[in-house]
Amino acid sequence: MVSLIRKLGHRALNLVQESGSMTLFLLEGLALAFLPPFRPRRILQEIQLIGVKSTLIILLTAAFTGMVLALQGYYTLKKYGSEGALGSAVALSLIREMGPVLTGIMVSARAGSAVTAEIGIMRITEQLDALDTMAVNPMQYVVMPKLIAGLIAVPLLTAIFDVTGILGGYLVGVMLLGVSSGSYFAGMVQSVVPLDINGGIVKSLVFGLTIILVACYKGYYTEHGAEGVSQATNQTVVLSAVLVLAWDYVLTSFFM
Amino acid sequence: MIQVIDLHKSFNGQKVLDGANLTIPTGRITVVIGKSGVGKSVLLKHIIGLVKPDRGQILVDGVDIATLRGRSLRDFKKHFAVLFQGGALFDSLNVFENIAFPLREKTSLPEAEIAQRVRLRLEQMHLTSEVETKFPDELSGGMKKRVALARAMIQEPEIILFDEPVTGLDPPMSNTVFHLIRQTHQDSGYTALVVAHDIPEVFTIADQVAMLHRGRIIAQGTPAEIQNHSDPMVQSFIKGEVDFLEG
Repeated sequence: MVSLIRKLGHRALNLVQESGSMTLFLLEGLALAFLPPFRPRRILQEIQLIGVKSTLIILLTAAFTGMVLALQGYYTLKKYGSEGALGSAVALSLIREMGPVLTGIMVSARAGSAVTAEIGIMRITEQLDALDTMAVNPMQYVVMPKLIAGLIAVPLLTAIFDVTGILGGYLVGVMLLGVSSGSYFAGMVQSVVPLDINGGIVKSLVFGLTIILVACYKGYYTEHGAEGVSQATNQTVVLSAVLVLAWDYVLTSFFM
Repeated sequence: MIQVIDLHKSFNGQKVLDGANLTIPTGRITVVIGKSGVGKSVLLKHIIGLVKPDRGQILVDGVDIATLRGRSLRDFKKHFAVLFQGGALFDSLNVFENIAFPLREKTSLPEAEIAQRVRLRLEQMHLTSEVETKFPDELSGGMKKRVALARAMIQEPEIILFDEPVTGLDPPMSNTVFHLIRQTHQDSGYTALVVAHDIPEVFTIADQVAMLHRGRIIAQGTPAEIQNHSDPMVQSFIKGEVDFLEG
């Protein structure tokens, strides 16, 4: 019993310690964005790696999500004779919840894991130490551009997700199931208010920062060779997906 | 001159350095020998400030590096270069970009001047211009080490630290790397600290040899003095005697 309590205590202490250390890591990474050298080229490279290269997977996920939402929504709304509300149901679900959350989870699976593996390999092959010995701050050269790229790329990917999802819903709702095109878009225009869009943007900003923070942190403190990189990558995907869902609840409660 | 004074370091309760003392004279090649896992690389990483000591001091020309912060630490690092065990070349950059990296980051030299200096270093390492566009994963172990040496030399540092420079290389390539270290040292006169356990090859490049054992320097002197040292541990290591007790 005592050992169980001790173990729980250790876990709790470790959790607090890691949260604090991750927060300091984030603050240092962001503060370095305001100190020269500013590295716009590195930021653009990272936007390409984190954002542009995730576009295809986001398009596919969004199209199918919108199609499923339209299919499910149509049969539910039809029971109440409200098929005309399909457009607003699809758009609100995507803009408020599904867009930011699914984009976050897909980015963590594709780009988050890649970021951790890249930084982890740099750590175990002493490339980060090499930067340090050349008087180049590895936090500024490697971590900062990725954090900024996460902040820029994830909201843009979320916007692409929302639009693609709405078009996927249109394909199924209007072209396959026969909902009127006018009511699909008119309902959307009436029901989506700026607060919904702002809420989605705030969520995507928070998710983008969280995912890339976890990915960079886990990679930066990788230990124990190739197995360590594999463990860190695994932890990044699991932890960032859980944090996206937890943040989603917290932020939704603010915007409701 | 670099002075390591009473250096102590433990990792997870395990003592790695236990009062190590070492003097590295300016403009000479000092080789630290010792068994694998004895803490040679840890000692080297203390000197460049990658690892902080639990106790003790590292003085570089009389300056305690633990007291340096911010700009003064960055300026201090400009005098150093490190050749890491695996080369530590940046995976995402090709050979040219890797060698040019310190110049692009730390100087405002025009690209033409940078290109000229990079090509000079490649030539010095007996590497052809064809390797310029190759990425590190396309290079052999020996080529990686030579590219890493070219990168270390590019800013003409006053002090170069070599961490196991020939580990994993075949004997001809090991001799080539040692030859390049000796040659570049003769040309530039930098202070070198080489961490290695390649006996007897290291004696051919060393001006001074020190042996690290159980966290302390147990012998220090010229290669001839070390080869004739009376300590049985030094003799056992030099002769490569079978040892099942130590790691």
